[in-house]
Amino acid sequence: MERKNARFGWVFLAPFAVVFLVFLVLPLCYAFWMSLHTNTLAGGEQFAGLENYTKAFSDQRFLSGMARVAGFALVFVPLQIGLALVFALILDDVRTRLSRFSRLLIFAPYAIPGVIGALMWGFLYSPSFGPLVSFFDFLHLQAPDLLNRDSIFWSLTNIVTWQWTGYYMIIIYASLQSIDPSIYEAARIDGASKLQTALQVKVPIVTSSLVLTMVFALIGTLQFFTEPQVLAPLAGNAIDAAYTPNLYAYNLAFSYQQFNYASAISFALGLMVFLASIIFLIATRKKSGLN
Amino acid sequence: MTTSPAPLLDEAVTASGRTKQRVNRKAKGERSVGLHILLAVASLYFLLPLWWLIVAGTKSTQGLFTGSGGPLWFDKNFALFDNLQQLATYNNGIYLRWLGNSFLYATAGGLGATILAVLAGYAFAKYRFRGRTISFMILLASVMVPATALVIPTYVLFNNLGLTNTIWAVILPSLLSPFGVYLMRVYVQDAIPDELLDAARVDGSGEIRTFFTIALPLMRPAVVTVLLLSVVGGWNNYFLPLAMISDQTLLPVTVGLNAWQVQSNSATANSLVWNLVTSGSLVSVIPLIISFLLLQKYWQGGLSLGSLK
Repeated sequence: MERKNARFGWVFLAPFAVVFLVFLVLPLCYAFWMSLHTNTLAGGEQFAGLENYTKAFSDQRFLSGMARVAGFALVFVPLQIGLALVFALILDDVRTRLSRFSRLLIFAPYAIPGVIGALMWGFLYSPSFGPLVSFFDFLHLQAPDLLNRDSIFWSLTNIVTWQWTGYYMIIIYASLQSIDPSIYEAARIDGASKLQTALQVKVPIVTSSLVLTMVFALIGTLQFFTEPQVLAPLAGNAIDAAYTPNLYAYNLAFSYQQFNYASAISFALGLMVFLASIIFLIATRKKSGLN
Repeated sequence: MTTSPAPLLDEAVTASGRTKQRVNRKAKGERSVGLHILLAVASLYFLLPLWWLIVAGTKSTQGLFTGSGGPLWFDKNFALFDNLQQLATYNNGIYLRWLGNSFLYATAGGLGATILAVLAGYAFAKYRFRGRTISFMILLASVMVPATALVIPTYVLFNNLGLTNTIWAVILPSLLSPFGVYLMRVYVQDAIPDELLDAARVDGSGEIRTFFTIALPLMRPAVVTVLLLSVVGGWNNYFLPLAMISDQTLLPVTVGLNAWQVQSNSATANSLVWNLVTSGSLVSVIPLIISFLLLQKYWQGGLSLGSLK
């Protein structure tokens, strides 16, 4: 009976498996094939071995894009998850009308498409008509340009934090809600303050969702694309075509028709995402309970 | 909110106990005032761009730049209805087509992805078939595949088949949702006991019938969550249609609005449509905000599916 039923596993899995093969495995294999070839006007498609990869890893534009997203990840992940955790702990503690309303407002940006979020912030940052200008005019000061080369890193950080913190907050909040309240009672009898309960009881229990949200944030950050792409025309030359590796691959493919090299860049990026996620998961293995 | 019995109990405690309680309550009150202020400040920050969008949607292009009320307040020239009318007519009403396209891509892709994820998640959770472990590990690893690594070759493949610039170029790749499968598996594992399925088998119910009559109804909260996530993902999708579609009439609203932004930014005088960028953005976020408000109880519980062990 076991054996016979087991076959049905594949029956249920089959439709997804087909889509997985056709829209994930096949394109990936094809991209890998493309990344091993070059396309020359004279010779057409030619096998090039790892040439595109050696080129990628000595391509200053790719490397600086990689360094930039690594820098973003170092800021985004702790900032977003830290804020999300703080908000989730507060919302778990205070249950009032205001706190329920805040929960909705903090989450609301998740419902806004990334493109529109970036467009809105682009307007708000604008040195010619954003709200900052009126504020600084009022103080008779020069408003800072939030879209120049020096400040764009933080301007992008702000957009992404605004967009994603609420989503991570809800994930953490929901796992806080699933904690058995008798644990708090025990902590209270042991004389733990609210802050101690939060830090020493609640946080350890939700560690696995913290790790999960951090992995999401990390993967998302390394693939950073939409916000810099949308802000690029507004930000003059602060965001170039290779600002992030994903943007670089996109521009190589669709602006310069260099599909082979773009595939190699994508694969090199994919490798980095994979390695970073694995390293992160191994580093947090003991804490996350994922073995 | 139910009233707690605490005040009644207070009456019974001794005088010294009562003062102690009062001190405690005072300390607690102060702390929660602080927390409330913090929450209010955070709410303002998260609300600010949305407030700006509502205000900006009511302004003409000129009002956006030199409005009487500044960027965060209404202009004396209230242009919302003008804007809506322009949205409906500009470029033969292309904005309405974009909205329709977004709706089609989000619902078709989202529904399809959900159906596939429900079936696959059920398979992973409830059948010990050959190759299950390795398949699931491949599935988890695939969550990390960068979008460009997929979109670029998919574009080339579709291009060879003459499928770029069709609705299929957006819908078909959206059917793939490894994360949805993962969520369904996690949920089904706990929510549907093996014994229940075994009992149905003993009663002579076939596997397919068991799935539809017993398992599927129990999976409803997870189904709604995965559906919601994939529809939102489809509505917000930008990269895939940006690469696949060059025909203006097939664009989703995200790509279309950004095209208007680029057009206005490199503007010649008669193609300045900043007012349409803002009012179009406002109109396009309303459906999602409404669905989130209506489906609150589902997404709040549902989003945590993946994080519970």
